[in-house]
Amino acid sequence: MTALTTELRASYGFVERNINIVKRYWAWEVVWLFYSVTNSLAVAYIGPGVGALSTASVDSHFLVLYLIIGTIVWRYLSVIFYWLTDVIGMERWEGTIEYTLMAPITRLTHLAGHTAFAVVYSLSHTAVILGVTAFFFDLDLSKANLIGGTVILLVGSISFIGVGIVGAILPLLFPEKGQQMTHVIISLLLLVSGVYYPVSVLPPALQFFATYSPATYVLEGSRVALLDGAPTLALGQYVLPLLVMGAILVPIGLWLFRAAEQYAKRTGKLKRNG
Amino acid sequence: MSTYPIALEIQNVSKSFNQSTWNPFKRNGATKPVVAVNDISIQVPRGEIFGVLGPNGSGKSTFIRLISTLLVPDTGHVTIFGHDILREERAVQRLINRVSVEAAFFKKLSPLENLMYGARLYGLSGAEARARIEAILKRLDLRADALNRPMEEMSRGMQQKVAIARAFLTAPILLLLDEPTTGLDPRSKREVQSLVRELRDTHAATIVLTTHDMGEADALCDRIAIIDDGRIVALDTPAGLKRLVKANGRAPTLEDVFMQLTGKQLVTEE
Repeated sequence: MTALTTELRASYGFVERNINIVKRYWAWEVVWLFYSVTNSLAVAYIGPGVGALSTASVDSHFLVLYLIIGTIVWRYLSVIFYWLTDVIGMERWEGTIEYTLMAPITRLTHLAGHTAFAVVYSLSHTAVILGVTAFFFDLDLSKANLIGGTVILLVGSISFIGVGIVGAILPLLFPEKGQQMTHVIISLLLLVSGVYYPVSVLPPALQFFATYSPATYVLEGSRVALLDGAPTLALGQYVLPLLVMGAILVPIGLWLFRAAEQYAKRTGKLKRNG
Repeated sequence: MSTYPIALEIQNVSKSFNQSTWNPFKRNGATKPVVAVNDISIQVPRGEIFGVLGPNGSGKSTFIRLISTLLVPDTGHVTIFGHDILREERAVQRLINRVSVEAAFFKKLSPLENLMYGARLYGLSGAEARARIEAILKRLDLRADALNRPMEEMSRGMQQKVAIARAFLTAPILLLLDEPTTGLDPRSKREVQSLVRELRDTHAATIVLTTHDMGEADALCDRIAIIDDGRIVALDTPAGLKRLVKANGRAPTLEDVFMQLTGKQLVTEE
Protein backbone atom coordinates (compact mmCIF):
# COMPACT_ATOMS: atom_id res chain seq x y z
CA MET A 1 0.00 0.00 0.00
CA THR A 2 1.49 3.32 -1.04
CA ALA A 3 1.66 6.34 1.22
CA LEU A 4 -0.68 8.14 -1.17
CA THR A 5 -3.33 5.40 -0.86
CA THR A 6 -3.12 5.63 2.94
CA GLU A 7 -3.53 9.39 2.86
CA LEU A 8 -6.43 9.20 0.39
CA ARG A 9 -8.23 6.61 2.50
CA ALA A 10 -7.72 8.75 5.58
CA SER A 11 -8.96 11.82 3.73
CA TYR A 12 -12.05 9.90 2.63
CA GLY A 13 -12.50 8.87 6.28
CA PHE A 14 -13.30 12.50 7.15
CA VAL A 15 -15.80 12.77 4.28
CA GLU A 16 -17.52 9.52 5.32
CA ARG A 17 -17.53 10.51 9.00
CA ASN A 18 -19.09 13.91 8.23
CA ILE A 19 -21.74 12.34 5.98
CA ASN A 20 -22.62 10.00 8.85
CA ILE A 21 -22.78 12.92 11.28
CA VAL A 22 -25.12 14.85 8.95
CA LYS A 23 -27.33 11.76 8.60
CA ARG A 24 -27.49 11.20 12.36
CA TYR A 25 -28.23 14.88 13.04
CA TRP A 26 -30.80 15.05 10.24
CA ALA A 27 -33.35 16.93 12.36
CA TRP A 28 -30.81 19.64 13.07
CA GLU A 29 -30.00 19.80 9.34
CA VAL A 30 -33.70 20.39 8.56
CA VAL A 31 -33.86 23.18 11.14
CA TRP A 32 -30.66 24.76 9.82
CA LEU A 33 -31.88 24.58 6.22
CA PHE A 34 -35.26 26.08 7.19
CA TYR A 35 -33.48 28.92 9.00
CA SER A 36 -31.20 29.55 6.01
CA VAL A 37 -34.08 29.58 3.52
CA THR A 38 -36.25 31.96 5.58
CA ASN A 39 -33.24 34.19 6.23
CA SER A 40 -32.46 34.43 2.53
CA LEU A 41 -36.10 35.10 1.68
CA ALA A 42 -36.29 37.85 4.32
CA VAL A 43 -33.23 39.53 2.78
CA ALA A 44 -34.63 39.19 -0.76
CA TYR A 45 -37.95 40.81 0.28
CA ILE A 46 -36.05 43.97 1.19
CA GLY A 47 -35.99 44.56 -2.60
CA PRO A 48 -39.79 44.91 -3.08
CA GLY A 49 -39.90 46.56 0.36
CA VAL A 50 -37.62 49.41 -0.70
CA GLY A 51 -39.71 49.82 -3.86
CA ALA A 52 -42.87 50.13 -1.77
CA LEU A 53 -41.34 52.57 0.71
CA SER A 54 -39.45 54.80 -1.71
CA THR A 55 -41.07 57.72 -3.48
CA ALA A 56 -38.42 57.61 -6.20
CA SER A 57 -38.52 55.00 -8.94
CA VAL A 58 -36.64 51.87 -7.85
CA ASP A 59 -35.80 48.91 -10.08
CA SER A 60 -37.02 46.39 -7.50
CA HIS A 61 -36.40 43.47 -9.87
CA PHE A 62 -32.72 44.43 -10.06
CA LEU A 63 -32.62 44.98 -6.31
CA VAL A 64 -34.15 41.56 -5.58
CA LEU A 65 -31.62 39.83 -7.81
CA TYR A 66 -28.80 41.90 -6.27
CA LEU A 67 -29.83 40.84 -2.77
CA ILE A 68 -30.43 37.21 -3.72
CA ILE A 69 -26.94 36.94 -5.22
CA GLY A 70 -25.58 38.48 -2.02
CA THR A 71 -27.41 36.17 0.31
CA ILE A 72 -26.79 33.01 -1.75
CA VAL A 73 -23.07 33.68 -2.27
CA TRP A 74 -22.65 34.64 1.38
CA ARG A 75 -24.51 31.53 2.53
CA TYR A 76 -22.23 29.37 0.37
CA LEU A 77 -19.01 30.99 1.62
CA SER A 78 -20.04 31.16 5.27
CA VAL A 79 -21.11 27.50 5.35
CA ILE A 80 -17.64 26.51 4.07
CA PHE A 81 -16.09 28.80 6.68
CA TYR A 82 -18.12 27.36 9.55
CA TRP A 83 -17.47 23.73 8.59
CA LEU A 84 -13.75 24.45 8.45
CA THR A 85 -13.58 26.37 11.71
CA ASP A 86 -15.55 23.50 13.27
CA VAL A 87 -12.82 21.00 12.35
CA ILE A 88 -11.46 21.29 15.91
CA GLY A 89 -14.60 22.53 17.64
CA MET A 90 -16.70 19.50 16.75
CA GLU A 91 -14.00 17.13 17.99
CA ARG A 92 -13.59 19.08 21.23
CA TRP A 93 -17.34 18.79 21.73
CA GLU A 94 -17.27 15.03 21.16
CA GLY A 95 -13.96 14.53 22.97
CA THR A 96 -12.33 12.80 19.99
CA ILE A 97 -9.74 15.46 19.22
CA GLU A 98 -6.80 13.57 20.75
CA TYR A 99 -7.69 10.42 18.89
CA THR A 100 -7.81 12.22 15.53
CA LEU A 101 -4.65 14.24 16.12
CA MET A 102 -2.58 11.17 17.06
CA ALA A 103 -3.49 9.38 13.80
CA PRO A 104 -0.55 8.89 11.40
CA ILE A 105 -1.71 11.36 8.76
CA THR A 106 -0.59 14.77 7.61
CA ARG A 107 -2.65 17.79 8.57
CA LEU A 108 -3.07 18.43 4.83
CA THR A 109 -4.83 15.06 4.48
CA HIS A 110 -6.99 15.84 7.50
CA LEU A 111 -8.03 19.28 6.26
CA ALA A 112 -8.38 18.19 2.61
CA GLY A 113 -10.97 15.55 3.51
CA HIS A 114 -12.84 17.92 5.79
CA THR A 115 -12.71 20.70 3.17
CA ALA A 116 -13.91 18.45 0.32
CA PHE A 117 -16.95 17.58 2.40
CA ALA A 118 -17.49 21.24 3.37
CA VAL A 119 -17.52 22.37 -0.28
CA VAL A 120 -19.95 19.66 -1.41
CA TYR A 121 -22.18 20.22 1.63
CA SER A 122 -22.19 23.97 1.07
CA LEU A 123 -23.00 23.57 -2.64
CA SER A 124 -25.95 21.28 -1.84
CA HIS A 125 -27.17 23.54 0.96
CA THR A 126 -26.95 26.61 -1.28
CA ALA A 127 -28.68 24.84 -4.18
CA VAL A 128 -31.71 24.12 -1.98
CA ILE A 129 -31.85 27.76 -0.82
CA LEU A 130 -31.55 28.99 -4.40
CA GLY A 131 -34.30 26.60 -5.55
CA VAL A 132 -36.74 27.75 -2.86
CA THR A 133 -35.89 31.45 -3.37
CA ALA A 134 -36.42 31.10 -7.13
CA PHE A 135 -39.86 29.65 -6.39
CA PHE A 136 -40.85 32.81 -4.48
CA PHE A 137 -39.46 35.34 -6.96
CA ASP A 138 -39.79 35.63 -10.70
CA LEU A 139 -36.07 35.66 -11.42
CA ASP A 140 -35.05 36.74 -14.90
CA LEU A 141 -31.66 35.15 -15.54
CA SER A 142 -31.87 35.43 -19.34
CA LYS A 143 -28.88 37.83 -19.40
CA ALA A 144 -26.93 35.96 -16.73
CA ASN A 145 -23.61 34.25 -17.42
CA LEU A 146 -24.20 31.18 -15.22
CA ILE A 147 -20.89 29.56 -16.13
CA GLY A 148 -19.00 32.72 -15.19
CA GLY A 149 -20.87 32.94 -11.89
CA THR A 150 -20.04 29.32 -11.09
CA VAL A 151 -16.36 29.85 -11.96
CA ILE A 152 -16.18 32.83 -9.59
CA LEU A 153 -17.88 30.85 -6.84
CA LEU A 154 -15.52 27.88 -7.17
CA VAL A 155 -12.36 30.01 -7.41
CA GLY A 156 -13.62 32.03 -4.45
CA SER A 157 -13.98 28.81 -2.46
CA ILE A 158 -10.20 28.33 -2.49
CA SER A 159 -9.44 31.63 -0.79
CA PHE A 160 -12.32 31.14 1.65
CA ILE A 161 -10.92 27.72 2.52
CA GLY A 162 -7.72 29.58 3.46
CA VAL A 163 -9.72 32.00 5.64
CA GLY A 164 -11.53 29.03 7.22
CA ILE A 165 -8.27 27.23 8.04
CA VAL A 166 -6.89 30.40 9.64
CA GLY A 167 -10.11 30.66 11.67
CA ALA A 168 -9.83 27.00 12.69
CA ILE A 169 -6.72 27.72 14.74
CA LEU A 170 -8.73 29.76 17.26
CA PRO A 171 -10.41 26.70 18.88
CA LEU A 172 -6.94 25.12 19.07
CA LEU A 173 -5.47 28.13 20.86
CA PHE A 174 -8.48 28.94 23.06
CA PRO A 175 -10.27 25.74 24.10
CA GLU A 176 -13.14 27.42 25.93
CA LYS A 177 -14.11 30.30 23.62
CA GLY A 178 -12.13 29.77 20.41
CA GLN A 179 -15.15 28.55 18.46
CA GLN A 180 -17.14 31.67 19.38
CA MET A 181 -14.18 33.88 18.39
CA THR A 182 -14.49 32.71 14.79
CA HIS A 183 -17.72 34.75 14.59
CA VAL A 184 -15.57 37.89 14.75
CA ILE A 185 -13.86 36.93 11.48
CA ILE A 186 -17.06 36.12 9.63
CA SER A 187 -18.93 39.20 10.90
CA LEU A 188 -16.06 41.47 9.84
CA LEU A 189 -16.09 39.91 6.37
CA LEU A 190 -19.88 40.34 6.24
CA LEU A 191 -19.52 44.04 7.10
CA VAL A 192 -16.80 44.97 4.61
CA SER A 193 -17.38 42.66 1.64
CA GLY A 194 -20.52 44.22 0.17
CA VAL A 195 -22.86 41.31 0.73
CA TYR A 196 -26.06 43.38 0.73
CA TYR A 197 -24.75 46.75 -0.51
CA PRO A 198 -21.97 48.05 -2.76
CA VAL A 199 -18.61 48.44 -1.03
CA SER A 200 -18.58 52.06 -2.27
CA VAL A 201 -21.15 53.09 0.38
CA LEU A 202 -18.73 52.18 3.17
CA PRO A 203 -16.40 54.70 4.85
CA PRO A 204 -12.88 54.74 3.31
CA ALA A 205 -11.37 52.81 6.25
CA LEU A 206 -13.79 49.91 5.77
CA GLN A 207 -13.34 50.06 1.98
CA PHE A 208 -9.63 49.52 2.63
CA PHE A 209 -10.41 46.28 4.47
CA ALA A 210 -12.81 45.27 1.68
CA THR A 211 -9.85 45.21 -0.71
CA TYR A 212 -8.35 42.36 1.30
CA SER A 213 -11.54 40.33 1.69
CA PRO A 214 -11.89 37.49 -0.82
CA ALA A 215 -15.67 37.71 -0.40
CA THR A 216 -15.59 41.19 -2.01
CA TYR A 217 -14.27 39.73 -5.27
CA VAL A 218 -16.59 36.71 -5.19
CA LEU A 219 -19.63 38.95 -4.69
CA GLU A 220 -18.65 41.60 -7.24
CA GLY A 221 -17.60 38.97 -9.78
CA SER A 222 -20.82 37.00 -9.31
CA ARG A 223 -22.94 40.12 -9.71
CA VAL A 224 -21.10 41.23 -12.85
CA ALA A 225 -21.55 37.74 -14.33
CA LEU A 226 -25.17 37.22 -13.26
CA LEU A 227 -26.64 40.74 -13.34
CA ASP A 228 -24.70 42.24 -16.23
CA GLY A 229 -24.00 38.98 -18.08
CA ALA A 230 -20.27 39.74 -18.41
CA PRO A 231 -18.46 37.05 -20.42
CA THR A 232 -16.32 34.60 -18.45
CA LEU A 233 -13.08 35.87 -19.98
CA ALA A 234 -13.90 39.38 -18.78
CA LEU A 235 -13.97 38.20 -15.16
CA GLY A 236 -10.18 38.16 -14.85
CA GLN A 237 -10.08 41.20 -12.54
CA TYR A 238 -12.05 39.15 -9.99
CA VAL A 239 -10.56 35.71 -10.66
CA LEU A 240 -6.94 36.85 -10.44
CA PRO A 241 -7.11 38.42 -6.94
CA LEU A 242 -9.04 35.37 -5.74
CA LEU A 243 -6.37 33.01 -7.08
CA VAL A 244 -3.60 35.11 -5.51
CA MET A 245 -5.42 35.23 -2.16
CA GLY A 246 -6.05 31.47 -2.32
CA ALA A 247 -2.39 30.81 -3.14
CA ILE A 248 -1.36 32.87 -0.12
CA LEU A 249 -4.09 32.05 2.42
CA VAL A 250 -4.19 28.24 2.06
CA PRO A 251 -0.45 27.63 2.71
CA ILE A 252 -0.42 30.29 5.45
CA GLY A 253 -3.50 28.69 7.00
CA LEU A 254 -1.89 25.25 6.95
CA TRP A 255 1.32 26.60 8.45
CA LEU A 256 -0.55 28.47 11.19
CA PHE A 257 -2.70 25.41 11.93
CA ARG A 258 0.38 23.24 12.34
CA ALA A 259 2.01 25.89 14.56
CA ALA A 260 -1.17 26.15 16.67
CA GLU A 261 -1.27 22.36 17.01
CA GLN A 262 2.33 22.36 18.27
CA TYR A 263 1.47 25.16 20.71
CA ALA A 264 -1.52 23.15 21.99
CA LYS A 265 0.75 20.12 22.44
CA ARG A 266 3.32 22.19 24.34
CA THR A 267 0.76 23.78 26.65
CA GLY A 268 -1.56 20.78 27.08
CA LYS A 269 -4.56 22.49 25.49
CA LEU A 270 -5.67 19.50 23.44
CA LYS A 271 -7.20 17.59 26.30
CA ARG A 272 -9.65 20.21 27.56
CA ASN A 273 -13.14 19.74 26.24
CA GLY A 274 -14.03 23.42 26.56
CA MET B 1 7.45 -5.13 11.59
CA SER B 2 10.21 -3.48 13.62
CA THR B 3 12.78 -5.79 15.21
CA TYR B 4 14.21 -3.04 17.40
CA PRO B 5 14.64 -4.59 20.87
CA ILE B 6 13.56 -1.54 22.88
CA ALA B 7 9.92 -0.63 22.36
CA LEU B 8 9.92 2.51 24.47
CA GLU B 9 12.79 4.57 25.79
CA ILE B 10 12.19 7.63 27.92
CA GLN B 11 15.20 9.72 28.95
CA ASN B 12 14.96 12.43 31.60
CA VAL B 13 11.51 13.57 30.47
CA SER B 14 9.75 16.36 32.34
CA LYS B 15 6.50 18.16 31.65
CA SER B 16 4.95 21.12 33.45
CA PHE B 17 1.78 23.10 32.84
CA ASN B 18 1.05 26.73 33.54
CA GLN B 19 -2.32 27.01 35.22
CA SER B 20 -3.05 30.74 34.86
CA THR B 21 -4.37 32.65 31.87
CA TRP B 22 -3.90 36.37 31.42
CA ASN B 23 -6.90 38.44 32.40
CA PRO B 24 -6.75 42.27 32.38
CA PHE B 25 -9.43 42.41 35.13
CA LYS B 26 -7.51 40.23 37.58
CA ARG B 27 -4.21 40.79 39.37
CA ASN B 28 -3.37 37.14 39.80
CA GLY B 29 -0.29 37.28 37.54
CA ALA B 30 1.62 34.14 36.64
CA THR B 31 1.19 31.14 38.91
CA LYS B 32 3.81 28.53 39.63
CA PRO B 33 3.87 25.81 36.94
CA VAL B 34 2.48 22.43 37.96
CA VAL B 35 5.03 19.67 37.39
CA ALA B 36 3.11 16.68 35.99
CA VAL B 37 6.08 14.51 34.97
CA ASN B 38 9.40 15.04 36.70
CA ASP B 39 12.62 13.71 35.18
CA ILE B 40 11.38 10.24 34.28
CA SER B 41 13.65 7.70 32.59
CA ILE B 42 12.60 4.16 31.67
CA GLN B 43 13.23 1.50 29.07
CA VAL B 44 10.52 -0.95 28.06
CA PRO B 45 11.76 -3.93 26.06
CA ARG B 46 9.74 -5.24 23.17
CA GLY B 47 6.93 -7.62 24.18
CA GLU B 48 6.67 -6.43 27.78
CA ILE B 49 3.46 -5.47 29.56
CA PHE B 50 4.59 -2.46 31.55
CA GLY B 51 2.31 -1.16 34.29
CA VAL B 52 2.15 2.36 35.67
CA LEU B 53 0.49 2.84 39.04
CA GLY B 54 -0.01 6.06 40.92
CA PRO B 55 -2.54 8.10 42.83
CA ASN B 56 -4.95 10.42 41.01
CA GLY B 57 -3.05 13.42 39.65
CA SER B 58 0.31 11.69 39.92
CA GLY B 59 1.11 12.19 36.21
CA LYS B 60 0.05 8.84 34.71
CA SER B 61 -2.14 10.30 31.97
CA THR B 62 0.45 12.97 31.12
CA PHE B 63 2.99 10.16 30.85
CA ILE B 64 0.72 8.32 28.36
CA ARG B 65 -0.02 11.54 26.41
CA LEU B 66 3.70 12.25 26.06
CA ILE B 67 4.25 8.83 24.49
CA SER B 68 1.13 9.28 22.32
CA THR B 69 2.62 12.39 20.60
CA LEU B 70 -0.17 14.49 22.15
CA LEU B 71 2.19 16.46 24.37
CA VAL B 72 5.65 17.86 23.72
CA PRO B 73 8.08 17.19 26.59
CA ASP B 74 9.73 20.25 28.17
CA THR B 75 12.99 18.34 28.53
CA GLY B 76 14.31 14.91 27.61
CA HIS B 77 13.63 12.47 24.80
CA VAL B 78 11.08 9.77 24.02
CA THR B 79 11.80 7.17 21.36
CA ILE B 80 9.52 4.38 20.20
CA PHE B 81 11.26 1.48 18.47
CA GLY B 82 14.14 3.89 17.87
CA HIS B 83 11.96 6.66 16.39
CA ASP B 84 12.02 10.03 18.14
CA ILE B 85 8.45 11.18 18.89
CA LEU B 86 9.19 14.76 17.85
CA ARG B 87 11.41 14.30 14.80
CA GLU B 88 9.63 11.19 13.44
CA GLU B 89 6.11 11.82 14.66
CA ARG B 90 4.34 10.11 11.74
CA ALA B 91 6.50 6.95 11.98
CA VAL B 92 5.76 6.76 15.71
CA GLN B 93 2.02 7.27 15.20
CA ARG B 94 1.92 4.33 12.79
CA LEU B 95 3.26 2.03 15.52
CA ILE B 96 1.05 3.06 18.43
CA ASN B 97 -2.54 3.33 19.51
CA ARG B 98 -4.18 4.35 22.76
CA VAL B 99 -7.23 3.64 24.85
CA SER B 100 -7.99 6.50 27.21
CA VAL B 101 -9.98 6.35 30.42
CA GLU B 102 -12.87 8.24 28.84
CA ALA B 103 -14.26 6.47 25.78
CA ALA B 104 -14.02 9.34 23.28
CA PHE B 105 -16.39 8.83 20.36
CA PHE B 106 -18.80 10.66 18.12
CA LYS B 107 -21.73 9.90 20.39
CA LYS B 108 -24.46 10.02 17.72
CA LEU B 109 -22.53 7.66 15.45
CA SER B 110 -22.74 3.90 15.82
CA PRO B 111 -19.81 1.68 16.86
CA LEU B 112 -19.48 0.59 13.23
CA GLU B 113 -19.33 4.20 11.98
CA ASN B 114 -16.85 5.20 14.68
CA LEU B 115 -14.66 2.17 14.05
CA MET B 116 -14.74 2.70 10.28
CA TYR B 117 -13.56 6.27 10.85
CA GLY B 118 -10.75 5.03 13.09
CA ALA B 119 -9.75 2.35 10.57
CA ARG B 120 -9.67 4.80 7.66
CA LEU B 121 -7.37 7.14 9.61
CA TYR B 122 -4.87 4.30 9.71
CA GLY B 123 -5.21 3.60 5.97
CA LEU B 124 -7.41 0.49 6.07
CA SER B 125 -9.75 -0.15 3.15
CA GLY B 126 -13.50 -0.47 3.80
CA ALA B 127 -13.57 -4.26 3.29
CA GLU B 128 -10.44 -4.84 5.38
CA ALA B 129 -11.77 -2.64 8.17
CA ARG B 130 -15.20 -4.31 8.22
CA ALA B 131 -13.67 -7.79 8.47
CA ARG B 132 -11.39 -6.73 11.34
CA ILE B 133 -14.19 -4.88 13.14
CA GLU B 134 -16.47 -7.93 13.06
CA ALA B 135 -13.72 -10.24 14.32
CA ILE B 136 -12.65 -7.95 17.17
CA LEU B 137 -16.17 -7.15 18.33
CA LYS B 138 -17.03 -10.84 18.30
CA ARG B 139 -13.90 -11.52 20.34
CA LEU B 140 -14.99 -8.80 22.80
CA ASP B 141 -18.44 -10.36 22.97
CA LEU B 142 -20.18 -7.21 21.77
CA ARG B 143 -23.70 -7.95 20.58
CA ALA B 144 -24.23 -7.68 16.81
CA ASP B 145 -27.45 -5.67 17.24
CA ALA B 146 -25.46 -2.97 19.08
CA LEU B 147 -23.25 -2.37 16.09
CA ASN B 148 -25.57 0.13 14.41
CA ARG B 149 -27.02 1.89 17.45
CA PRO B 150 -25.69 5.33 18.46
CA MET B 151 -22.84 5.12 20.96
CA GLU B 152 -24.75 7.39 23.37
CA GLU B 153 -27.32 4.62 23.87
CA MET B 154 -24.65 2.16 25.03
CA SER B 155 -23.47 1.55 28.59
CA ARG B 156 -20.08 2.85 29.72
CA GLY B 157 -18.73 -0.69 29.69
CA MET B 158 -19.90 -1.29 26.12
CA GLN B 159 -18.42 2.04 25.01
CA GLN B 160 -15.11 1.10 26.58
CA LYS B 161 -15.14 -2.22 24.71
CA VAL B 162 -15.58 -0.32 21.45
CA ALA B 163 -12.69 1.96 22.45
CA ILE B 164 -10.53 -1.10 22.99
CA ALA B 165 -11.67 -2.55 19.66
CA ARG B 166 -10.70 0.72 17.95
CA ALA B 167 -7.18 0.51 19.33
CA PHE B 168 -6.78 -3.19 18.48
CA LEU B 169 -8.15 -2.59 14.97
CA THR B 170 -4.92 -0.96 13.81
CA ALA B 171 -2.74 -3.77 15.23
CA PRO B 172 -0.36 -1.42 17.10
CA ILE B 173 2.98 -2.81 18.21
CA LEU B 174 2.96 -0.41 21.14
CA LEU B 175 -0.42 -0.16 22.80
CA LEU B 176 -1.03 2.52 25.42
CA LEU B 177 -3.84 1.65 27.79
CA ASP B 178 -4.86 4.43 30.17
CA GLU B 179 -7.15 2.78 32.73
CA PRO B 180 -8.84 0.69 30.02
CA THR B 181 -10.98 -1.43 32.32
CA THR B 182 -12.38 1.38 34.47
CA GLY B 183 -16.16 1.00 34.47
CA LEU B 184 -16.21 -2.54 33.13
CA ASP B 185 -17.95 -5.42 34.91
CA PRO B 186 -15.75 -8.32 36.13
CA ARG B 187 -16.50 -10.48 33.08
CA SER B 188 -15.67 -7.67 30.63
CA LYS B 189 -12.53 -6.89 32.62
CA ARG B 190 -11.35 -10.46 32.23
CA GLU B 191 -12.11 -10.42 28.51
CA VAL B 192 -10.08 -7.26 28.05
CA GLN B 193 -7.23 -8.62 30.12
CA SER B 194 -7.20 -11.82 28.11
CA LEU B 195 -7.22 -9.78 24.90
CA VAL B 196 -4.26 -7.73 26.14
CA ARG B 197 -2.30 -10.93 26.79
CA GLU B 198 -3.33 -12.30 23.40
CA LEU B 199 -2.19 -9.14 21.65
CA ARG B 200 1.20 -9.43 23.29
CA ASP B 201 1.55 -13.18 22.69
CA THR B 202 0.27 -13.42 19.13
CA HIS B 203 1.23 -10.01 17.73
CA ALA B 204 4.41 -9.43 19.76
CA ALA B 205 2.93 -6.13 20.90
CA THR B 206 4.33 -4.13 23.79
CA ILE B 207 1.79 -2.74 26.20
CA VAL B 208 1.98 0.20 28.59
CA LEU B 209 -0.91 0.05 31.04
CA THR B 210 -2.02 2.51 33.69
CA THR B 211 -4.57 1.24 36.16
CA HIS B 212 -5.99 1.67 39.63
CA ASP B 213 -6.83 -2.02 39.76
CA MET B 214 -3.96 -3.61 41.70
CA GLY B 215 -5.16 -7.13 40.91
CA GLU B 216 -5.12 -6.33 37.21
CA ALA B 217 -1.62 -4.87 37.42
CA ASP B 218 -0.40 -7.88 39.39
CA ALA B 219 -1.94 -10.36 36.94
CA LEU B 220 -0.97 -8.64 33.69
CA CYS B 221 2.24 -6.69 34.13
CA ASP B 222 5.79 -7.97 33.76
CA ARG B 223 7.12 -4.84 35.46
CA ILE B 224 5.43 -1.98 37.23
CA ALA B 225 6.48 1.62 37.84
CA ILE B 226 4.88 3.46 40.73
CA ILE B 227 4.60 7.19 40.09
CA ASP B 228 4.03 9.82 42.73
CA ASP B 229 4.18 13.60 42.16
CA GLY B 230 5.39 12.96 38.62
CA ARG B 231 8.41 10.92 39.75
CA ILE B 232 9.01 7.19 39.62
CA VAL B 233 9.29 6.07 43.24
CA ALA B 234 9.72 2.34 42.47
CA LEU B 235 10.15 0.15 39.41
CA ASP B 236 10.35 -3.61 39.49
CA THR B 237 8.47 -6.83 38.79
CA PRO B 238 5.30 -7.29 40.89
CA ALA B 239 7.19 -9.81 43.04
CA GLY B 240 10.17 -7.45 43.36
CA LEU B 241 7.91 -4.58 44.44
CA LYS B 242 6.25 -6.76 47.06
CA ARG B 243 9.65 -7.52 48.56
CA LEU B 244 10.08 -3.78 49.23
CA VAL B 245 7.41 -3.66 51.94
CA LYS B 246 6.28 -5.49 55.04
CA ALA B 247 2.65 -6.35 55.78
CA ASN B 248 2.39 -7.42 59.45
CA GLY B 249 3.33 -11.04 59.00
CA ARG B 250 1.25 -11.79 55.90
CA ALA B 251 2.42 -11.79 52.27
CA PRO B 252 2.33 -8.20 51.02
CA THR B 253 0.05 -7.32 48.11
CA LEU B 254 0.55 -4.72 45.43
CA GLU B 255 -1.97 -2.60 47.27
CA ASP B 256 0.31 -2.65 50.33
CA VAL B 257 3.19 -1.55 48.12
CA PHE B 258 1.10 1.21 46.58
CA MET B 259 -0.15 2.48 49.95
CA GLN B 260 3.28 2.50 51.54
CA LEU B 261 5.13 4.08 48.63
CA THR B 262 2.53 6.75 47.97
CA GLY B 263 1.42 7.07 51.62
CA LYS B 264 2.84 10.58 51.96
CA GLN B 265 0.10 11.78 49.65
CA LEU B 266 -2.66 10.18 51.72
CA VAL B 267 -1.37 11.81 54.90
CA THR B 268 -1.14 15.20 53.15
CA GLU B 269 -4.68 14.92 51.80
CA GLU B 270 -6.05 14.01 55.23
